[in-house]
Amino acid sequence: MSLSLSKRWISLLKVLVFGAALIPWGLIIYAVVADPISLGANPAETILHKTGDWVLYFLLMTLAITPLRKLTGWNDLIKFRRMLGLFAFCYACLHFLAYVGFDRLFDFSDMAREIVKRPYILVGFAAFVLLIPLAITSTRGWVLRLGGARWAMLHKAIYPIAVLGVVHYWWLVKRDITWPLVFALVLSVLLAYRGVKRGGRRIRAAA
Amino acid sequence: MSRYSFPTPKSSEITPRDVYLNRRHFMGGALAMGAVLATGEVAFAAPSGIEPLKFSAGLAPALTDKPTARELATTYNNYYEFGTSKADPAHNASTLKVRPWTVEIGGAVAKPRTVGIEDLLAMELEERIYRMRCVEAWSMVIPWVGMSFSKIAALVEPTAKAKYVKFTSAARPEEMPGVRSRVLDWPYIEGLRMDEAMHPLTFLTLGMYGETLPNQNGAPVRIVTPWKYGFKNAKSIVRIDFVEEQPQTAWMTAGASEYGFYANVNPDVDHPRWSQKHERLLPSFFASRATEKFNGYGAEVASLYTGMDLAANF
Repeated sequence: MSLSLSKRWISLLKVLVFGAALIPWGLIIYAVVADPISLGANPAETILHKTGDWVLYFLLMTLAITPLRKLTGWNDLIKFRRMLGLFAFCYACLHFLAYVGFDRLFDFSDMAREIVKRPYILVGFAAFVLLIPLAITSTRGWVLRLGGARWAMLHKAIYPIAVLGVVHYWWLVKRDITWPLVFALVLSVLLAYRGVKRGGRRIRAAA
Repeated sequence: MSRYSFPTPKSSEITPRDVYLNRRHFMGGALAMGAVLATGEVAFAAPSGIEPLKFSAGLAPALTDKPTARELATTYNNYYEFGTSKADPAHNASTLKVRPWTVEIGGAVAKPRTVGIEDLLAMELEERIYRMRCVEAWSMVIPWVGMSFSKIAALVEPTAKAKYVKFTSAARPEEMPGVRSRVLDWPYIEGLRMDEAMHPLTFLTLGMYGETLPNQNGAPVRIVTPWKYGFKNAKSIVRIDFVEEQPQTAWMTAGASEYGFYANVNPDVDHPRWSQKHERLLPSFFASRATEKFNGYGAEVASLYTGMDLAANF
């Protein structure tokens, strides 16, 4: 199966995906302004959890592009990967900002103490920091500047970032690990797919 | 045992009941009234089973914070028997049958007995406005209705062997969906040292906001110890045992390194994974309230722990 869309269709789809990716944030802003009670008794926690969930959703979607492309043969999917990755970064920024503001009251020295003291915050913060160079070098110009091979090497950081993100979630829940486990399973499948592919290539190369 | 006296809040400082009742609640009432007018009879006999209570203003240390809106206190609950998310209990708890209900009181007592919920409701009740501090670093201010636990203890006459009190909550898989999963070791067990249980602030609670407890808040009877983290406050109690040994609580079984037997609110003793220095007084966005030792009830309870290492006995 091979599906190829015209440039116009791709542009239109990109606008749609971009708009859709803004909906979760739009709903949060709407709730804060117009209907705070809908955020529940602990609105800050709701915002932290929702933005955190969306970081993980976008990371998994970004990582799903290549397997989906290979399985469906729809190569145009690759054109959406950068946008999804950048939205993971956007929601990570919002998540981080919510934490710094609501939990640490913009007290950065307090924040620094907490980061080194709390393993779950440390791994979440590490994932966030690692995302920054990927976001910066996401442009075509940076691909050329670094060279394709080095750029690809740098962007392999997305794998440990996703793992750190899931660990961050796992370590923060009090008791019920159902949802961290779901994220971990989906991530495992996406990472295992790459392992199998690489293994397969190596076997063919050796034959 | 020494007598404690509490500053009595001025009657003008107590938020009137109609202020607790939020708009949605009011609208529900208006709709029901409309149904009454239309059909000439009471169409819905309060499906939630919540009834108004008679009580006097109780003696509790005065708080400067206003009570949390009833709608928030009844929709944001940690009650794992009905699910682990905060919204689950309000969605799922209506299946719990709270009538008939009895509490078996036994163990090291001279007069073991089974008490019906009607008997408890017929006792002299008072209202106390306590701050509740959750181990998750948020707090609410809730007007509870009930009585000092010591009044119940007096009914059964604990013997000299009674060193601890063990509370057992209902665990009914048919009525409590959360009990069908092994997220905690059911039934939920909590406990207090005898002197803690007999302290006048320890409150056997039958209602909140002037009415019987909603199911998601631990109907029909629960315990409230305001100087301890919220998980100490066992809900939907079916058994009370006076025992010699310190009870093994549900949260100690789940994670002994994180949840201790005492669980006194203490900004100087962090949870292993997060700080306890500050709290969010809901619905505030900001964790800006400095947590007080013993949740602000130190003047009343600190003497219970004289000479005790509160970091080791967290």
